[in-house]
Amino acid sequence: MRAVHFCSSCGKVQPPVPVDYFMFFGFTAKLDLDTASLEKEFYALSRRLHPDLFAQANPEERAFSLEQSSMLNDAYRTLKDPIKRTEYLLRLEGIELEEQSKQATEKARATGELKKQVVPPDLLEEVFELNMHLEELGAQKKLGEDDPALLEEIGKAKLSLEEKHDALLHDLKTEWKKWDETIDNGREVDRPKILATMLDLLNRRNYIRNLLRDVNEAVE
Amino acid sequence: MSSDLIVGIDLGTANSLVAYMQGDFPVVIPGEDGLNLVPSVVALDATNQIVVGNAARKYLIETPERAVYSVKRLMGRGIEDIQEELKLFPFQLADDLQPGEVLRLKIGERTYTPPEISAFILRQLKRNAERFFSSPVTHAVITVPAYFNDAQRQATKDAGRIAGLNVLRLVNEPTTASLAYGLDKKKNGVVAVYDLGGGTFDISILKLHDGIFEVIATNGDTHLGGDDIDNLLIALALDDIRGDLAIDVSRNGEAVARIRKAVIEAKIALSSQLTAKLDVDLPGGKKYQREISRELFEHLVQPIVDRTVSPCKQALKDANLKPEQIDEVVLVGGSTRIHKVRQLVQDLFGRVPHTDLNPDEVVALGAAVQAKILGGGSEITQDMLLLDVTPLSLGIEVAGGVTDKIILRNSTIPASATQYYTTQVDGQTNVAIHVLQGERELARDCRSLARFDLKGVPPMPAGMPRIEVKFLIDANGILRVSAREQRSGKEAEIDVQPSYGLTDEQVENMLLESFDFAEDDFRQRQIIEARREADTILTALAKGKKNQAWQQLTNDERRNVEALEKALINVKDGDDYHAIRASIDALNQATMHLAELMMDTVVSTALKGKAMDDADSDLEEAPQAGHPVAKAEFK
Repeated sequence: MRAVHFCSSCGKVQPPVPVDYFMFFGFTAKLDLDTASLEKEFYALSRRLHPDLFAQANPEERAFSLEQSSMLNDAYRTLKDPIKRTEYLLRLEGIELEEQSKQATEKARATGELKKQVVPPDLLEEVFELNMHLEELGAQKKLGEDDPALLEEIGKAKLSLEEKHDALLHDLKTEWKKWDETIDNGREVDRPKILATMLDLLNRRNYIRNLLRDVNEAVE
Repeated sequence: MSSDLIVGIDLGTANSLVAYMQGDFPVVIPGEDGLNLVPSVVALDATNQIVVGNAARKYLIETPERAVYSVKRLMGRGIEDIQEELKLFPFQLADDLQPGEVLRLKIGERTYTPPEISAFILRQLKRNAERFFSSPVTHAVITVPAYFNDAQRQATKDAGRIAGLNVLRLVNEPTTASLAYGLDKKKNGVVAVYDLGGGTFDISILKLHDGIFEVIATNGDTHLGGDDIDNLLIALALDDIRGDLAIDVSRNGEAVARIRKAVIEAKIALSSQLTAKLDVDLPGGKKYQREISRELFEHLVQPIVDRTVSPCKQALKDANLKPEQIDEVVLVGGSTRIHKVRQLVQDLFGRVPHTDLNPDEVVALGAAVQAKILGGGSEITQDMLLLDVTPLSLGIEVAGGVTDKIILRNSTIPASATQYYTTQVDGQTNVAIHVLQGERELARDCRSLARFDLKGVPPMPAGMPRIEVKFLIDANGILRVSAREQRSGKEAEIDVQPSYGLTDEQVENMLLESFDFAEDDFRQRQIIEARREADTILTALAKGKKNQAWQQLTNDERRNVEALEKALINVKDGDDYHAIRASIDALNQATMHLAELMMDTVVSTALKGKAMDDADSDLEEAPQAGHPVAKAEFK
């Protein structure tokens, strides 16, 4: 059921009750979410909760509106993005992702600490080759040289990574459906395996996304 | 409060305007001189009176040391930030300025902070509106560049308060402009607003959906605008003069001011003509004359115009959109009259931009629409709602001097986020929280917004404390930060007081001082003083409630105090002086017993042989000024 944002008798805005983002919108914690109806709900709730509508209200209502609409925006931002949504569900289930974010990379760069980085074994060879190419490209750039063959190699690798990335997203969506089924049929025993698969897919996906970012930065 | 009397204000680098909703249409309120644009110029006249706007312009030339323009460039900035500005603008800093202090500028013999100077402009706009309505105007919406950081926003809000305005909302200029455009044609689609003004550049990409104006991405440069073009032309002229006439007038304030006036006129003329003439009388009876072709002008401004490209591309990237997915492009700001700018926008987005509304007025008109929405709305604004974003990421500094982002740029505001941290050293009892704004990975490359300490964390092995840092950005784009150690419950909370910001007390003092030489009424002053007293007693009470004496009160007493506390909170921001006064008195009366009990506690603890220092610190904890405690004498 949807969280209570307004008083049932006077209709006034209420302080947010601690609920998860799915409940905030009145959704069950399903992953194959209809983003169109999410957007519709977001706009509808914005029209009732936004601080602009409480500019003339008393300080208490203004404060509630601020809290409620910030939570609404945070929830919408998280749920509308397929990756953030999946990560959020994993967190709700008590699972933390590996640190493969850009932030972790930069932090590692700045502090010299080793970043937790797990290269998916089946990618090892490809990644090794790609890194060689990227280093070569960097060296050439410094000399002001331009090697079309090298760029083509990198372009190919990039294409292959993009394909893998899309395939992972496709696999992730399959897991969403499995997860959603367990919500419908209540089979909690199936969930740990699905969660573990999703975690693995997300980690691989993040790894590939970081690689792609490196490639794009190098080529630009 | 009648909602008609909430005005919309565009506080611009070059010009400022005030507008309101007249029925279904926003209109600009003209000044006494009949002109809509109030130049953002403040000067002291021969009798040491502050003059603003068109009336102040002549002093830029006659007595340049007694006039100031483009002060918006200095809002919320420190002396370290403005070295480039100082090379290009004739800002005269106060002689006794200390590093880290809020800037103060000299106007004649007086010195003022940028928010005070902006407040003079706001006060003029307020007066213009009051003359127009024949009634007081106390509430306003003020626009700021979308790319303004927290400190610049705070400074703008302070300026409003110093001018005696209750600033209901700060709104982003490009978003505001889109409101003015969206009023008559409620379309759905994606709109890009390209806003190149006197001193700032913003690009915002919005999604319009049945009256909701949802900003998807914004980017910009708070130091890029028409001013930069003027400075280029001035440099060209100074070069000419050195070469042709063999004199250097670059240090002559009056000569530079004359050249500036001439190049601005030429720049404007070149938007409609192919050539323009410069004709300047120089000191010593010499004359500087030359012609500038549009071709040369466009060649000169190309580098400046080009600087808008990368923010546009970044905004598109952040919005995850390609130029062809933009349905409409809207131009805002006087500098978008330049042909070269229009050409660039057309090339970037592949479509002819809209220019139906006057680019100088559209922001003020939109602000009037937003003022109407905040005032409860009318039929025409009924479905309209702005959902804006924070332009820059916000975070804190973590070990190694790295920025840990807590809220990412382009998050819809209000926004909040919580992160957890821990200590690095065994037994660490203080945790320094350094609040940062910006996209860079290292703290030293980001804008430092504030520093505060979470004190009194119980000594624990490193890594044990669980420190929760919560960020909340309100609808004005202003940040509030709180930190709490979860195991001990130790808390610290601040409204981010920007590193180059004014304290609340300074703002209030400036406001009170401003009444001394302004025509403003006694009532306003009374309200402010009452509010200040209300804040004091509420702070004192909040502390008192943590004291053990609070538990010694009866349930009835506590209930009564809390009811009166709530009542005071509810009236104190209103305009009813008598209500605030009555509430303060009632709360004072009700907390008398609490105050007495607290004094007893302090005395008895001291007598029990507790170290004097501790007794002092207990006293420190107790309510300070006003009531409940301070007035009771310690005998």
